[in-house]
Amino acid sequence: MVETPVFTPVHLLTGFLGSGKTTLLKRLLADPALSDCAVLINEFGDVGLDHHLVERIDETMVLLQSGCVCCTVRGELADALRDLHSRRERGLIPAFARVVIESTGLADPFPVLSTLKSDPVLRHHFRAGSVVTTVDAVNGFSQLATYVESTRQAAIADRLVITKTDLCQGDAELSALLSRLGELNPDAPRLIAGEDGPGAETLFGDDDAQRAAGLHSPSGFYCDAPALQVTADGVARHTAISSFVIAVDEPVDWTGFGVWLTMLLNRHGARVLRVKGILALAGEERPVAVHGVQHLVHPPVHLAGWPSAERSSRLVFIVDGLDVNLLKRSFNAFALAGRARTRPQPKAVAQTRNAQNP
Amino acid sequence: MCSLCGVLGGNEHWTDAAARPGVFTRNVERIDRRRERARRVCAANRVLAAFGMSLSDWQGSSFVLSTRTGKSEMVEDLGHLWPAAEKLSGRSCDPLDPGVIARMEADNG
Repeated sequence: MVETPVFTPVHLLTGFLGSGKTTLLKRLLADPALSDCAVLINEFGDVGLDHHLVERIDETMVLLQSGCVCCTVRGELADALRDLHSRRERGLIPAFARVVIESTGLADPFPVLSTLKSDPVLRHHFRAGSVVTTVDAVNGFSQLATYVESTRQAAIADRLVITKTDLCQGDAELSALLSRLGELNPDAPRLIAGEDGPGAETLFGDDDAQRAAGLHSPSGFYCDAPALQVTADGVARHTAISSFVIAVDEPVDWTGFGVWLTMLLNRHGARVLRVKGILALAGEERPVAVHGVQHLVHPPVHLAGWPSAERSSRLVFIVDGLDVNLLKRSFNAFALAGRARTRPQPKAVAQTRNAQNP
Repeated sequence: MCSLCGVLGGNEHWTDAAARPGVFTRNVERIDRRRERARRVCAANRVLAAFGMSLSDWQGSSFVLSTRTGKSEMVEDLGHLWPAAEKLSGRSCDPLDPGVIARMEADNG
């Protein structure tokens, strides 16, 4: 019996048209590792489930040999998720501990994540998991250059899967793609898809648990030194999408940081594709990991300890056409402790008191 | 739900998950929670001053945002603050505006 978590993580599988999502999904569905999983797909026909099928629950939902529940989305995604939740609670389908959603090739993955946060029912039962993006080794490079959807999908991924590497002519093509992906999204591991990998656990394992248990590199990120893709005056070099790191030694004021980031996301949320990092907070021993995708910020996670002796805050930003130098200056002005905690404003304090004793 | 004003739902914005223990549980450490709210009001006011607005705590459960001419609006948390501030002041509150940054830097001294 699968234990139902308090918040069921919802993972997203995305990737440009023809980038091998369905092939990857086909392989994963046959994998016993997905037995505790419900999978939402676009069309049964595409995945070819027949030889894994155990039971047809109704016209949109089937049960596979592995124990995995597989359904197609007709209409709203939120309705499909609510239906799954309701059936699980009533015991009509086997309990599942996570959900994987296959998104369509042209979709911007962000609305799916924000549905989870804004739906009055779903937000109490589900949480956003990781985003897995497939990139085609043969056409990926030109798709990244041509289609903004493709770039956005790569930029918000937690894990990138490179498919069709066996069709690649030589290594140059692949390494060009890998380095381009590294520029777009320095923080996501780049996995090569093959006959037997990457496994379900690598793709849809619990990101928070991994994050809290220990970070991935001495600096706390998957990569140690993301390449800075901007020119001296802060303008992005290749495309408008660029990634950069803000690293500061001074402790960060949590309240000031909250004011700053909410303000930034309110105005530029659609252009801040990703923000991710660890913060050394003023008055706090343990680091806090923050992680946001566009307008959505995941609840911050307290880490058990610092990954290395160096206790400085580092934030990776992936932005679409924002001025990097201004953003850094703005962060420094708003969020650093010692600066942010200047004299309390007498007026505000007086108002607070009045409010407490009307 | 608050029976007085009918405001629905609890405060569950991401900025509420702060490090200080007990700050955002409603039953214990009330003083810490109040203190954190006061800090938040101060931090927001430093920025709002640039737009001619101010924020104050309302009964430890919401905030009141007001302009100098007395227009005011209740906001639940920091996530709702900025859309409300832009609506009330009719200006865009952009943290990347060089003018706003310069003001903050001057304020930091």
